[in-house]
Amino acid sequence: MEKQLHAMLSLRGLTRRFGGLTAVDAIDLDLARGELISIIGPNGAGKTTLFNLVTGLDRPDAGTVSFEGQDITGLPPERLAAEGIARTFQLGRVFGNLSVMDNVLIGAHTRLRAVKPAVPVIGPLLELGLALLRPSRVRAEEERLREEVKAILARFGERLLPRIDQPAYSLSYANRRRVEIARALALKPRLLLLDEPTAGMNPTETAEMQGLVAELKAEGLTILLIEHKLEMVMRLSDRVIVMDEGKKIAEGPGEQVRTDPKVIEAYLGHGLSGTTEQESAA
Amino acid sequence: MSSWLDHTINGLIVGNVYALVAVGLALIFGVSRLINFAQGSIYLVGAYIGWIAVVQLHTPLPLTIIVVAVAAAIVGLIIERFGLRPLQNSVRIAPLLATIGISFVLDQLVMLIFSPNPRALPSQLPDVRFQVGGGTIGPLDLLIAGVGLTSALLLFVFLRYTKLGWAVRATAQDRDAAMQMGVDVNRVNQAVFGIAAALGGVSGMLVGMYYNQIDTAMSLQATLKGVVAEVVGGAGNVPGAVIGSLLLGLVESYGVAVLGTSYRNLFAFLLLVVVLVVRPNGLFVSARQAPPEPLTGTFIAPSRPVNIPRWALLVAVAGFAILPLFPVSFYVLQTLINAWLLGMLGLSLTLVAGTMGQVSLGHAALLAIGAYTSALLSLVLAVPAGLAVIGGGLMSAALGTLLISPSFRLRGHYVSIATLAIGEIVALVILNWESVTRGPIGISGIPPLALFGYDLISPTSVYWFSLAVMVVLALLQGRLLTSHLGRSFRAIRDDDIAARAYGLSLNRYKSIAFIFGGFAAGVSGGIAAHLYSYINHETFNTQQSILALTVVILGGLGNVVGAIVGSVALVGLPEVFRIAAEYRILIYGIVLLLLVRFRPQGLLGTV
Repeated sequence: MEKQLHAMLSLRGLTRRFGGLTAVDAIDLDLARGELISIIGPNGAGKTTLFNLVTGLDRPDAGTVSFEGQDITGLPPERLAAEGIARTFQLGRVFGNLSVMDNVLIGAHTRLRAVKPAVPVIGPLLELGLALLRPSRVRAEEERLREEVKAILARFGERLLPRIDQPAYSLSYANRRRVEIARALALKPRLLLLDEPTAGMNPTETAEMQGLVAELKAEGLTILLIEHKLEMVMRLSDRVIVMDEGKKIAEGPGEQVRTDPKVIEAYLGHGLSGTTEQESAA
Repeated sequence: MSSWLDHTINGLIVGNVYALVAVGLALIFGVSRLINFAQGSIYLVGAYIGWIAVVQLHTPLPLTIIVVAVAAAIVGLIIERFGLRPLQNSVRIAPLLATIGISFVLDQLVMLIFSPNPRALPSQLPDVRFQVGGGTIGPLDLLIAGVGLTSALLLFVFLRYTKLGWAVRATAQDRDAAMQMGVDVNRVNQAVFGIAAALGGVSGMLVGMYYNQIDTAMSLQATLKGVVAEVVGGAGNVPGAVIGSLLLGLVESYGVAVLGTSYRNLFAFLLLVVVLVVRPNGLFVSARQAPPEPLTGTFIAPSRPVNIPRWALLVAVAGFAILPLFPVSFYVLQTLINAWLLGMLGLSLTLVAGTMGQVSLGHAALLAIGAYTSALLSLVLAVPAGLAVIGGGLMSAALGTLLISPSFRLRGHYVSIATLAIGEIVALVILNWESVTRGPIGISGIPPLALFGYDLISPTSVYWFSLAVMVVLALLQGRLLTSHLGRSFRAIRDDDIAARAYGLSLNRYKSIAFIFGGFAAGVSGGIAAHLYSYINHETFNTQQSILALTVVILGGLGNVVGAIVGSVALVGLPEVFRIAAEYRILIYGIVLLLLVRFRPQGLLGTV
């Protein structure tokens, strides 16, 4: 009960169907402030679809999403970004032709104030005018954000700082993932959704990433994490949610979930008796 | 009642013709996710091959149809093999630009070979009408219906019962999976382009016979109509394309019956814009589909722009500024004035198409809005020409952005179709809104440019004026690109989904880009109006839109200096080499094709 009152993010009966397939099936979830929940499950379990529903890239067929007590179901992604929800993408969606600096500055877009006056109707015109004239307030804001970006990039050691002016398309795969996370941090998120941040990384790089996520958690950031690397999940998570075929099949502390027979079956059963599983599900 | 039946029959017949074009477009879109802007050109080629067969070779009708189908199919195969296959692994903008270029080259070739004058294409059927209910129907109507139904049946059998047909369907469903299962995707592409071209060619011939007239303007109209029908039916959906075509034919036929012939195209384009806005996936596909997979390639070619030192730019501007002080001919100044005007249009398009990734094919409409506004302000309200030009720019910014806003939620090829249609709508409104625009007569006696009460009549003063305006616009645009707006535009171009997830509203930033770009284009049109002293609905046409696109690709997408260099090159070089006017458009088309193939980043690189 305590936890429910303080939930930052609450999902109730969240459902998304694609034709005959129910990708996300009546998911309930409560994420408290400062908590880190990992979502695990076999490929195709509906994890990324769930992220898309929370961040407004897709709209649910049923159920609600509330954030800080406010119903945000079906709001467009740009509104949710302004509310302080940031995410990374599973396959990586950096802006290829933008420099590392510009990529991360886009992350800070929702925090622009001086150049983006909150005036209805003529707001865009003022924004155009201010971008061209650039009074000292606007220049100062831009300068401050650039310094901030450098500080964020410094968290990745020497991985990104030396490449700050290089276009993102020239970066290695792992560095592009890092740029995505830097971009998310530049939003100063209240809620951070990480979709497989270590995909395609070698063990050293994975350990670095795990260290960074642990730091973010220690700083009090609320995080929803999709991850396949179970060791990382066990170390970082306050709770683990297991999804399979759109449904939540287990929830609890890492060790408990790990030994849950249903979870073992979901992971192993697909390989051993996939066809019978599907038939019984249908 | 009887006329109502006549209009229905007419609508269905015309719809049948559209279906032949639209089915080809749908097949091609299905297997290669490409809207083939050259489809109308094949239709045009079909009509002229039909003319050769009927008038020169006196072939009987069945043979005429076969000759046209085979010849058009060969053209389609050539386009696929040499125009598109080399671009298979390049960025997504490349095949789009290539089909636009191919269409331009084909149209110009037909125009050069056969002259732009209309020709009669006699129907080879007896001229009788049968009474059906309260209406009448002729043998040609029956032929068109017969060809339509036969093609649909053959296509159905091909797709359903032949191995190659299965391969086509498999490729349309999942290209990668089909390739892994051993489907020869190149052969599938060939088959589809061949079939689409044969259908398109026969359709052009039938339309020529139906109206007993063919001319080179048919091409663009056919592309537009086919695309409208295809999009209404749902891109890539073959039965949908047929239904969309019949619907379009009926809408047009009834619309013409109520309002008159000159509104025919308006209905088609309004239908397109409405469908694109309300149901962008077509009428027969659920509007809510799975969100698209992240795109693996970027829309434009990644490259590093050539860095031109500031002093070199200063020297160049200063050099052009003092040019009139030397004894240069009026002809040189006139050529450069044209280059500066095109440069302003290029700046506008390079921002919208290059920086923002919205490949607009209707950019001439922005010129027209600016030109008409400026001309009418100075003529009717006696506003000084200098102010009127600014008024033209502002009107273009406001009205252009408003008109293009329905396309803001579209991507890639759809933006090009929508802007093409919106450009046509503007031209049609100018033609039909006689009380304001004076319709087909046009506006004459537009006063010359004036600044602070002084008329700018001498070529030198006009030269300086247009150079100065262009330089100011270029400086402003350069400043814009270094602001947060520059990076926001480019972020939306590279990945609009990620951009939205970080708080960038597509409507807001596309509006800002079109407001800025619309102003530059409107100013260019306004200056042109005062310079020409006469404008009409054809002064600013699709050729200028394509020319501006070539300028932008030549200079490098989004590249401010590139847009100006491209304008000077495309206006100046044909003059230097004394190329006859009728060959220029052809050369622009070839330049566009070569660039897309060999230097997609342009001369100075993409920004």
